[in-house]
Amino acid sequence: MSDLTKMTLAGARDALRKGETTSVELTGTFLKEIEGAGALNAFVHHTPEIAIEQAKSADERIARGDAPAMCGLPIGIKDLFCTKGVPSQAASAILNGFKPEYESTVSQNLFDVGAVMLGKLNMDEFAMGSSNETSVYGNAVNPWRRGADDTDLTPGGSSGGSASAVAADLCLAATGTDTGGSIRQPAAFTGITGIKPTYGRCSRWGTIAFASSLDQAGPMTKDVRDAAIMLEAMCSYDEKDSTSADLPVPNFEAMLTGDIKGKTIGIPKEYRMDGMPDEIEKLWADGTAMLKDSGAKIVDISLPHTQYALPAYYVIAPAEASSNLARYDGVRYGHRATLEAGEGITEMYEKTRAEGFGPEVQRRVMVGTYVLSAGFYDAYYNRARRVRALIKKDFDDVFAAGVDAILTPATPSSAFGIGEMKDADPVQMYMNDVFTVTVNLAGLPGIAVPTGLDSKGLPLALQLIGKPWEEGDLLNTAYALEQAAGFVAKPAKWW
Amino acid sequence: MSIDEKTAARVAKLARIKVEPEALPALAQEFTNILGFIEQLNEVDVEGVEPMTSVTPQRLKRRVDLVTDGDQPEKVLENAPDAREGFFAVPKVVE
Repeated sequence: MSDLTKMTLAGARDALRKGETTSVELTGTFLKEIEGAGALNAFVHHTPEIAIEQAKSADERIARGDAPAMCGLPIGIKDLFCTKGVPSQAASAILNGFKPEYESTVSQNLFDVGAVMLGKLNMDEFAMGSSNETSVYGNAVNPWRRGADDTDLTPGGSSGGSASAVAADLCLAATGTDTGGSIRQPAAFTGITGIKPTYGRCSRWGTIAFASSLDQAGPMTKDVRDAAIMLEAMCSYDEKDSTSADLPVPNFEAMLTGDIKGKTIGIPKEYRMDGMPDEIEKLWADGTAMLKDSGAKIVDISLPHTQYALPAYYVIAPAEASSNLARYDGVRYGHRATLEAGEGITEMYEKTRAEGFGPEVQRRVMVGTYVLSAGFYDAYYNRARRVRALIKKDFDDVFAAGVDAILTPATPSSAFGIGEMKDADPVQMYMNDVFTVTVNLAGLPGIAVPTGLDSKGLPLALQLIGKPWEEGDLLNTAYALEQAAGFVAKPAKWW
Repeated sequence: MSIDEKTAARVAKLARIKVEPEALPALAQEFTNILGFIEQLNEVDVEGVEPMTSVTPQRLKRRVDLVTDGDQPEKVLENAPDAREGFFAVPKVVE
């Protein structure tokens, strides 16, 4: 069976239950694929021994008739998740050598339902970036190319390794995390599906913190059905995360009927940006028509504070990051700088953090320090939190007016070349998240669904935004869009 | 607002990140650009709006004040760059 790697989670699950293949065979096939895909630099810590051990035990469970949701299914785990005894360093030099003594709740949930871990996936350092170019492991590479042009493209970020690995069939699915768009933007750049659930759905315990009021984990998968299966497995109420939602997790897959008749879809006028490429404009119009043809009612809506989302985010996220990253001080884990004679504890902190953090992380920690410092706290941090309340109210108002979901583009462009933004101002790179960041600020679920290719042959995606806690309904709308769009393109293998 | 080198140096100090003097002008310029972008927030009328504290309306759960974990100093110290006699070791803090 040469096309084992092309299967979806659902397809592989069914094949395993029918005894058409085994988890050991499936896992072995993926491990071989990963070995041959070094050029993508997606997997940065390989865990074949753990994978084979987990696969054997999954096969035994299946043989006993005990085959939970993801039993025997090989996946990749973003390096941001702490995995017991396995390097977990958020793609940062400051966590060099760190091997957690505990397991993150999300990865534990996945292992509890039988998932097999193939290894850890590349990402931007501390999830700060939109192109996977800030990683200590080097760039992850997009399996997609611009036709015959062999320029390496970014898989997006921060979950770039996850996106690249799923798009290149190196695993059935992967975990991602999303603070400002880090699941949805890389999913869009690689033609896969990625959902960020409502804030509080997935426990943050054991996930290395970036901006705690925005961070959420979610699955990155080959289609919407797989997203439903894996999201349900990842979600849980967790006492160890004080913001975890004590709500039952529905069977999301059972909610995929594809029937969206009578649903109201909002099209926000503020997302029609100046200078938006015609291709994105057309993609959005086509997606709107598809949902209309499926029986949804389309309404124009206004989210008046949209333009202030990015500046608010670039106060709140760095502020929280500066606080969260204060723990990297060279004392309890990771890197500690070598001191000269006469240097003391302050020099140790300063040298350790200068050596251990890359430029983008340093920049954000310092911006966060500035906006929280005496005299600026009110002018920057409190003002940003007020604007955040207004951004959330924009969404509350349209949902109260009867809108069920909101359709927007996922990204302002298709994947760009690695290094092409090297000389750009940091603010220009931040614009990648212009359509996704509002969703984090408002704590809402959002999903990126691939719906077309641009003139260079690269995937483009639309984003659907749902009501809080209604991921099931959102996934069903995404399922209807996926069925209508019929996106099946795959990157040609060059690696 | 324009950030000068002195302010950049102060912020680096507060953040406990060593920045070499020759890197300060570029750093100050980057701060100026980023803060210039953030200045847009001043256009928004936030009169009477409370700063958001929690994105989902929820009260933090209470729990019984009990010891639920502990007695694992080896595991706690396992990843320390320098641990001695059951403690984290650091350079001398007090003269």
